[in-house]
Amino acid sequence: MSTLVYHESCLNPADATYSEIIEAGGGCFKLVKKGQTLRFIDLEGNQAVDTFFFNAVDVAERYSAQDTIREQTSIYLTTGTRLLSNLRRTMLTITADTCGRHDTLGGACAAESNMVRYALNTRFMHSCRDTFLLQMALSGYPVTKRDLTHNINFFMNVPVTQEGGLTFEDGVSEPGKYVEMQAEMDVLCLVSNCPQLNNPCNAYNPTPIQVIVWD
Amino acid sequence: MSLLSETLPAGAMWSMRIPRHRSLVLTTRGAGANVSALFFNATQPLDRLNVPDTLKALHTAKIHQGHILMSDMGHAMVSVTEDSLGWHDPLAGHIDAEMVREKFGEHGYQQYRNRFYRNARDNFLIELGKHGLGLRDIVANVNFFSRVNVDADGRMSLAEGHAPAHASISLRTEMDLLVVLANCPHPLSPAGDYPSVPVQVEIFASEAPTGEDFCRNFRPECGRALALTERLFL
Repeated sequence: MSTLVYHESCLNPADATYSEIIEAGGGCFKLVKKGQTLRFIDLEGNQAVDTFFFNAVDVAERYSAQDTIREQTSIYLTTGTRLLSNLRRTMLTITADTCGRHDTLGGACAAESNMVRYALNTRFMHSCRDTFLLQMALSGYPVTKRDLTHNINFFMNVPVTQEGGLTFEDGVSEPGKYVEMQAEMDVLCLVSNCPQLNNPCNAYNPTPIQVIVWD
Repeated sequence: MSLLSETLPAGAMWSMRIPRHRSLVLTTRGAGANVSALFFNATQPLDRLNVPDTLKALHTAKIHQGHILMSDMGHAMVSVTEDSLGWHDPLAGHIDAEMVREKFGEHGYQQYRNRFYRNARDNFLIELGKHGLGLRDIVANVNFFSRVNVDADGRMSLAEGHAPAHASISLRTEMDLLVVLANCPHPLSPAGDYPSVPVQVEIFASEAPTGEDFCRNFRPECGRALALTERLFL
């Protein structure tokens, strides 16, 4: 595996203006204003945090995984990565990362994709897309399934082989690892703390995460 | 005997509602083609191509024969029944007006008439607009005839000289589809001359995949996606 680069933050959680623990299977839909810094902490390790961003002023502008990886010619997200929109504008920039690598190829789990991937009888298991859809429906913002696309999976490790294979490896995260990003525009942050039990993305044991915001 | 045969000139956009169980065949008429593509369920466009769901179901970062492009509702959209190349790109997205200007220069309609340089983003917006769809419906796309390599550090690069003339891919529609194509340069194309490669589009009659169908049996995930799609037609 390639070298992972770690970059610590100098921000002090005691100075944060917002802090929330999200249990596995839970989520949030939060406005993060331009200039604010957002941190996700993988409290117990190897926990996928499925995340999506909208421009808070015009939700038709949203995070674009393909634009983000192509413009930076890197499939992995880490310190320095600009999270680009479908209009190729920078929504947020990753400013610190003690995990070293995050995925944006694997998308979110859904009842339907679980049925395809594992077995038709997984239909009634909880999934990230259910959390996304509920959070959007309750948010009061004009966002629906139509606005939901290819997301980020913080703390998840999905390498591509040189032969073009996609592999789901054990996480490179550990308890207390975090990733931090500064908003370059007002964004709506949609989070699902992944409940997936059918693969090792959460080490078969989904656990809580913490979300912190600084002004 | 094809039901339809049309040649897309370089830069062209194309969309069509295609019924279930037809074969859509794309063939390059020169070297260096790229066709950016989106797929929607014709009767419910919210049921649409989902690249991550497709890639993780198939454990792949490339598209080739045997694969099935899947929707975000777990449905099989098209099965790749034939493929002369073995690698089509699902990672790099599509080119927009600014990228075309930066790579190939100004080449506007006023001066160049219908040889002006088009881009996939605008083409998608125009074709989707004809069907009541728009920017919100532009999800991650695939690029036929292009190959993007990823090295051990995750760096992406476009393979040069990947698609020769007469390369082809055959896609069997597994539901009634809206197919949107843009015969535009790959977004990682090097600067220089705007690639000018016509691509032929043909539609043939096909048949429902049998139990022994190659794509259905390519992986168990393919069989389950087809089974879920068959539920749309109970």
